[in-house]
Amino acid sequence: MSAHISFHDVEVTYPGGLKALKGVTLDVSRGEFVVIVGLSGAGKSTLIRTVNNLVVPSRGDVRIEGASVTQAKGADLRRMRSDIGMIFQTFNLVRRSSVLRNVLAGRLGDVHPLRGLLGLFPKADVAYAHDCLRRVGIPEKAFVRADALSGGQQQRVGIARALAQKPSIMLADEPVASLDPPTSHAVLRDLKRIAREEGLTTLVNLHFIDMAREYADRIIGMRDGLIVFDGTADEATDQAFEDIYGRPIDESKDLRGDS
Amino acid sequence: MAIPDPNTVPLRPGFASRMLNWSTWVVLVGLFVVSLQQTGFDVEALTSGSQDFVRFFRRLVPDWTALPQIWRPLLETLQIAYLATLMGTLLGLPLIFLASYNTTVNTPVMWVARSILTVLRSIPDLLYAAILAPILAPGPLPGVVALTIFTMAVLAKLASETVESIDPGPLEALRAVGAGRNRVIVYGVLPQIAATMTSFVLYIFEINVRASVVIGYVGAGGVGFLLLRYLNFFDWGGVAALIVVIFAVVLLIDLLSVWARSRLI
Repeated sequence: MSAHISFHDVEVTYPGGLKALKGVTLDVSRGEFVVIVGLSGAGKSTLIRTVNNLVVPSRGDVRIEGASVTQAKGADLRRMRSDIGMIFQTFNLVRRSSVLRNVLAGRLGDVHPLRGLLGLFPKADVAYAHDCLRRVGIPEKAFVRADALSGGQQQRVGIARALAQKPSIMLADEPVASLDPPTSHAVLRDLKRIAREEGLTTLVNLHFIDMAREYADRIIGMRDGLIVFDGTADEATDQAFEDIYGRPIDESKDLRGDS
Repeated sequence: MAIPDPNTVPLRPGFASRMLNWSTWVVLVGLFVVSLQQTGFDVEALTSGSQDFVRFFRRLVPDWTALPQIWRPLLETLQIAYLATLMGTLLGLPLIFLASYNTTVNTPVMWVARSILTVLRSIPDLLYAAILAPILAPGPLPGVVALTIFTMAVLAKLASETVESIDPGPLEALRAVGAGRNRVIVYGVLPQIAATMTSFVLYIFEINVRASVVIGYVGAGGVGFLLLRYLNFFDWGGVAALIVVIFAVVLLIDLLSVWARSRLI
């Protein structure tokens, strides 16, 4: 089977000269739940942002089912992005808008631009947005302002917004780094369940070793802009993590703990 | 981390930066003295003129029979201010987003937008009115145009700083969804700046009400026109009545605006 997402020798150099990715080649199959681990600055965030072209590689390209997202421009790029959901460490909700409006924003890539601008979403889209909130367990919060929710609830709105895109790929950049341990587990469980149900190809950045082992089908280890580990959760031994992190495991920093 | 040596002396600012501080004060005081002399500012003249002052104010007894003449131009003044605020805001909005680095189309467009705003802002509203009144024929129209331009320029300056300081996270999320620039602005930027913008617009409306009194003076319609006429005919009773009315209206609008702004956010 051909890869769903494939990275071809991807390099990213930021203005100022920082080389965040130094040639990454990687294939991800459809439906895989991949967790990317590594220290801050290893290039995890940069890597997943090349998938929806929020970060543009300076060399190489990223393809989705063979079509280059790196080369895509304008309407083509927007159409490709609408098939890729993304959730963020800081949730990135519009805090002053209602939960429903935040979720409906996920439909913007598919709805006619003018309808989107005027907020005239088709009834089916509004119903679907409510449905997405039900899927993440907070249907009753639809008309509450986003900043009135707890962190865990806000991240669920983030997931609902991504889900509203009806995507085939889900990207998650440190989705639980701003949450406490029990909430972290609950959010990741939801994410994994939804990915299963929808058959989503999922890339999640995490830096906690125990969580990576618990939720990943496959673990990718990154260090200094390169992939240094690629294997199943079972293969990711303590020794493997010490290689990825380039230092002994520090339980207080690298483990999240149980729910 | 090393333990700091307890004998460490904090670094004093260098000689150059201390001199810069001093020279700033010297320049400020110097300018003050030069300006005093060249404008012929004279405290004695201020006090000796007080006789005329008193005589002038004695004549300023409001003649309330002028009221029926006043209310129509007064309404015109308010209409000029209202129209200009509304149109200036609508015309200014696209410029605001083009002039802000996080919502612009590209860098050259941003600099063009910023340059337009700088030029518009560098010309005072009274000058716009004075230039436009003879061109467009004296009346409310030049007033509306002058204050519309003024509103655009001031609002864009204030608001573009607000736009540039918003949380970039939601914008990134909306781009990731596949939304284009306009939808990113409507969904990600507007909700973040709405309250501040409304407050700015109310504030500019206040300024416009006051300004539309003054620009009437150069032929741009409204109550300033009437004031000029009263002064030319030495109709002190009318002048006094007009001043009292303007004072009351401006005060009322300021209070309303302060109240409305306090309810925001």
